[in-house]
Amino acid sequence: MGITSRGRRSAVIAGLAVAALAAAAGCGGGDDEASGDGTITLTVDVFGQFGYEELYKEYMASHPNIKIVERGTGANLDEYSPRLTQWLAAGKGAGDVVAIEEGLLVEYKANPGNFVNLLDHGAADLKSNFMEWKWNQGLTADGKQLLGLGTDVGGMAMCYRKDLFEKAGLPTDRDAVSKLWPTWADYVKVGEQFKAKNTGAAFLDAATNTFNTIVLQTAGDAGGYTYYDTSNKLVVDSNPAVRQAWDTTMDIIDSGLSGKYGAWSDEWVAAFKQAKFATIACPAWMTGVIEGNAGADASGKWDIASVPGNGGNWGGSFLAVPKQGKHQNEAAELAKFLTSPKGQIGAFKAKGPLPSSPQALDDPAIAGATNAYFSNAPTGQIFAAGAKSLKPVYMGPRNQAVRTEVENAVRTVELGQRDPAQGWSDAVANAKKAADK
Amino acid sequence: MALHLETRVQPGAAASRPGPPPRFRLTRLDMKASPYLYIAPFFVLFGVFGAYPLAYTLWVSLHDWDLLAEDHPFVGLDNYTKLMGDADFWHSVVNTLGIFVISTVPQLLLALWIANLLNRQLRARTFFRMGILIPNITSTAAVAIVFGQLFSREFGLINWTLDLVGIDAIDWRANRLASWVAVSTMVDWRWTGYNALIFLAAMQAIPRDLYESAAIDGANAFRQFWSITVPMLRPTIIFCVIVSTIGGLQLFTEPLLFNSGTNPIRGGPSRESQTMTMYMFENAFAPNFNFGYGSAVAWMLFALIAIVAIVNVVLIRRLSRGGR
Repeated sequence: MGITSRGRRSAVIAGLAVAALAAAAGCGGGDDEASGDGTITLTVDVFGQFGYEELYKEYMASHPNIKIVERGTGANLDEYSPRLTQWLAAGKGAGDVVAIEEGLLVEYKANPGNFVNLLDHGAADLKSNFMEWKWNQGLTADGKQLLGLGTDVGGMAMCYRKDLFEKAGLPTDRDAVSKLWPTWADYVKVGEQFKAKNTGAAFLDAATNTFNTIVLQTAGDAGGYTYYDTSNKLVVDSNPAVRQAWDTTMDIIDSGLSGKYGAWSDEWVAAFKQAKFATIACPAWMTGVIEGNAGADASGKWDIASVPGNGGNWGGSFLAVPKQGKHQNEAAELAKFLTSPKGQIGAFKAKGPLPSSPQALDDPAIAGATNAYFSNAPTGQIFAAGAKSLKPVYMGPRNQAVRTEVENAVRTVELGQRDPAQGWSDAVANAKKAADK
Repeated sequence: MALHLETRVQPGAAASRPGPPPRFRLTRLDMKASPYLYIAPFFVLFGVFGAYPLAYTLWVSLHDWDLLAEDHPFVGLDNYTKLMGDADFWHSVVNTLGIFVISTVPQLLLALWIANLLNRQLRARTFFRMGILIPNITSTAAVAIVFGQLFSREFGLINWTLDLVGIDAIDWRANRLASWVAVSTMVDWRWTGYNALIFLAAMQAIPRDLYESAAIDGANAFRQFWSITVPMLRPTIIFCVIVSTIGGLQLFTEPLLFNSGTNPIRGGPSRESQTMTMYMFENAFAPNFNFGYGSAVAWMLFALIAIVAIVNVVLIRRLSRGGR
């Protein structure tokens, strides 16, 4: 009896201690967003460079009760995506407005319940502000929920280093350079000429980047889809567009044109700084990346020519409002402002992401825009011209994982670990496996 | 606190009193309850951060658990069955074990040798003894970034040095064995000093007269080291092996940061240096977001560590019996 009562009492005390500790632990994460004076703080999660700083200032000036904090500026998409997904899964932690890259958006569409339906916030009226396909990308399959409002599109060009071209005896004027490579076969020929001059630099950075550019082009020209067809069937091995892009890339690798710097790696960044390659496939958003990686020293040494082949779109993002946010109305308003034609023009001027809004593309501010870093190239003309006629490419549910496998197969061939035939069978087998996961 | 308890709770004096005053009752409560209170933090923390996640992970691993989906259908052992036939998983197991062996064996030998050097009479002994611990208190991320640059294919110091002596540049990230060596180097840089210090402490507990008698019997320094130091260090060596095993099998940060660029979690284009923890992360989070499958990998990792730990215990028993 004595023992039990003693045991019970200790148990009670131990229990109290546990409760106290648990309470202490629970208090740690308290976040109070609305401060005493009624100011609401909205957090915007981005990756890379969205160029919103000036727009925030303007918005805060016209909405004195709103304070905007941006997180993730400059973050790699590979760091950002899993972090955002974890926040969504945990039901806590995501910003009030979050940027979502198009490849990730297709994954999120499978579970739209994590996001606010922007159609409930009056977004339906904004449809004409966006290119039709960009608007449709933000909708769920049944068209009833709008997950995200488009920010930018990735109209394509080819960026090149004038100093290296000069060294190799090639023309440096952007129009003359554009004429050098109407097709990818011509691009390979120019590359071979470049290589023969032994400038100490490679012709291009990494075959994976070039491959992705080509596959999005060939797919846009042909069926409008890459690894998945529009009924979400995996067609990596039967879609001629993928195979055609693969073969073209193999020619590039075969001619020894690639510097083999793994895209986005530290070596890749170092290679920018040391001028170790002459050309890079250049979606509009890449200009900001080049400027950041190559640094101020290379200002005026880069220029922009048209891309071989036929236009194409790579990347582009959306702004969405997670349902876990506390200030969904205010967040939706902010997202609408940032993705408005005016917001898109502001972002383009700051960091170069190409607007997805036809009105913005028509605006003289964009049509006449030049980029000082790229030898005053008329970026507005170069990118905007093709943007409205972009042929969208459909992405299936597991596009990101499948793309990763195919690009890694390209990389193994580029590094000489596999021959092209083995690489292709790896790509198909691994893509099928990834699609099943 | 303990002292306070003992002075208060001298029972002899208290027992002679007719009824315990309230203060004494408090003291009794204190005496009975406080031990539980003292150990509670460990159990609470272990419960919250150890047992609960462990059980939850097991629960998750039995489901088809898309990280973002609302429904998580129960699938029993499907994830495990799939994992058993998953070549990429076994590839990561081999990588983990390979890196473990390549890093641990030289690490412990080197640590033993350094400890032996530091056990001698030398100038500024404390400086050197503390100095070998500095790599251990450096942040792993910093180590990985610096080593990542040293092992760069084109811009790295190591390939530059190799070039000086006429060896072709090695692509450290695209060659399985080379990437293991590079990752092992980082691990060794961090942990050799730590192990050396533990060996050193154990060496100092070895009675000096053993060495004196050995010297009288004509044993040279090497013989003394091999026949006295090493056998006397056996339990310490086993301790270090176990600690290195646990750390080695959970290796994550070094190989992840070593592989910069797109999808570093794959550990290279053909998964050259992808460890089990990286494979777990790849499946549970980006790009697969398959929490159930990732959890199954986590439990396999747990099982692997348990197996290796059991092997270690068996070895300890056998060795300590042999030592007697």
